[in-house]
Amino acid sequence: MDMNRDVNMAVPFAGLTFQNPVAVASGTFGFGREYGLRFDIGRLGAVCVKGLTLRPRAGNPPPRVAETPMGMLNSVGLQNPGAEAFLRDELPFLRGFNTLVIANVSGDTVEEYAALAGLLSDGGVDMLEVNISCPNVKEGGLLFGTDPRSAAAVTEAVKRRASVPVMVKLSPNVTDIAEIARTVESAGADALSLINTLMGMRIDIRTRRPILHRGMGGLSGPAVRPVAVRCVYQAARAVRLPIMGMGGITCAEDAVEFLLAGAHTVAVGTALFKDETAPLTVLDGLDAYCRANGVSDIRTLTGAMIIDS
Amino acid sequence: MIVTVLSNESLRPGASDLRIRADASARRPRAGQFAHIACGDALLLRRPISLCDEEAGVWRFVFEHKGPGTRYLAARKPGDTLDILGPLGRGFTCEPEDLPTLLVGGGIGVPPLLLAARRLAGTAHAVLGFRAASLAVLTDELASLCARTAFCSDDGSLGTRGFTDAVARRLLSETAYARVLACGPRPMLRAVAGAARAAGVPCEVSLEERMACGVGACLACACRVRAGAEETFRRVCLDGPVFDAETVVW
Repeated sequence: MDMNRDVNMAVPFAGLTFQNPVAVASGTFGFGREYGLRFDIGRLGAVCVKGLTLRPRAGNPPPRVAETPMGMLNSVGLQNPGAEAFLRDELPFLRGFNTLVIANVSGDTVEEYAALAGLLSDGGVDMLEVNISCPNVKEGGLLFGTDPRSAAAVTEAVKRRASVPVMVKLSPNVTDIAEIARTVESAGADALSLINTLMGMRIDIRTRRPILHRGMGGLSGPAVRPVAVRCVYQAARAVRLPIMGMGGITCAEDAVEFLLAGAHTVAVGTALFKDETAPLTVLDGLDAYCRANGVSDIRTLTGAMIIDS
Repeated sequence: MIVTVLSNESLRPGASDLRIRADASARRPRAGQFAHIACGDALLLRRPISLCDEEAGVWRFVFEHKGPGTRYLAARKPGDTLDILGPLGRGFTCEPEDLPTLLVGGGIGVPPLLLAARRLAGTAHAVLGFRAASLAVLTDELASLCARTAFCSDDGSLGTRGFTDAVARRLLSETAYARVLACGPRPMLRAVAGAARAAGVPCEVSLEERMACGVGACLACACRVRAGAEETFRRVCLDGPVFDAETVVW
């Protein structure tokens, strides 16, 4: 292929068009204000905002983070100002950039998820990401994501109230991720995102106490990447929905693995903490990979892993 | 920014004194601010290290070797490069006033007070405490940068035997101060804040918490503070690390 010809990076996704497949993952990017000082958010395919709840949440007491071999545990506990404050104080800022805004939502009950879906889609976000996989809260969260019937109930309730596409974020903390993926698809989801963090724990052997205040937390970073690629592969084989793949992506080569496994778009998260411009590194690297490998359209990579029989 | 290590010396066993040259475009650090330093490919998270000193674009960090991150930094040689974000966070109020400022530092909380003393242009008084004389750092430099310096140690091997808050309490009773700036272990900060409150002197404390992004996005480094009638979490990295002691929920 002509190396100078532009690579088509645009990806249709659940009725929307991502200008490129690189998003930032919920919980690692706040509402864009901090990293917005450091690079042009308008270059991103999408921003998944910090997880929102109906009412403001203070979050968990510290310590909330512990480093692990090529990873980190977090136990932030969905600290956020509430969906209404987000719409009033944060969304107008994000709307100033040429990127899709995806509102990540969590509820304690099915009714709360539904109320959030109504409020935020009326409020003008582009997509909802339904968090049924947060390991760091007492109620809701992960419980909804590990029980297929609950996952279906949340998805149906959100779909009834949402006027924008609905992406359901899956937990890797399940025996059979394909089963949850199929259930959520049947319940009407428009897309899937995966993976949320893996439950983990670290113990301070000097004090004999857990490092995180809440004991357990969610593992992210390169340490989880092979698990995430496997989950995306299994989910992609189980459903026809578009998939946003994430989990330990730090560079374009990592992102390509997710695309080959079956993801249509990818999200960069924890890598931001070491490299503030990691999403742009991934984006520019994807372009270079495509040029070097004769790929004229990024979409052709999705699910293009070859299995020799 | 990618910076070059100018020097990296041992201050004493287990503590290093690292100097780098910052980019010309870097903001001038204020006392109490920190740099978020990448510690090699093997460690996922950066390490927040307080600025100890800054002169003519040369930044200085004095730190103890506590884990793999600080051991990585201790092993850097002159000419090596480091990947640094900063200066980050909210620093100490360091404006020379009619009354002197009292600096109170404990252990490895002492280094950021050197920059505070420099910014206060020789007017500050300082109380510096260490577990023992063998663990002391920067004592001569701080003594030369402050109008008055008092030392104490847990075992009496340096200055008076006892904790910094006792010495601070005595100085606060003898002298009128504009404010107290404190950095050190949390129990010390709490005690010093109590001494300042009793004397009716404003107090700023530098807090520590396990940190991830360092820029305010991830909400990992939470500390509990009072905002009006309510308690809430603030970010040590962006809203701090220096806080008004009266707002801190100990």
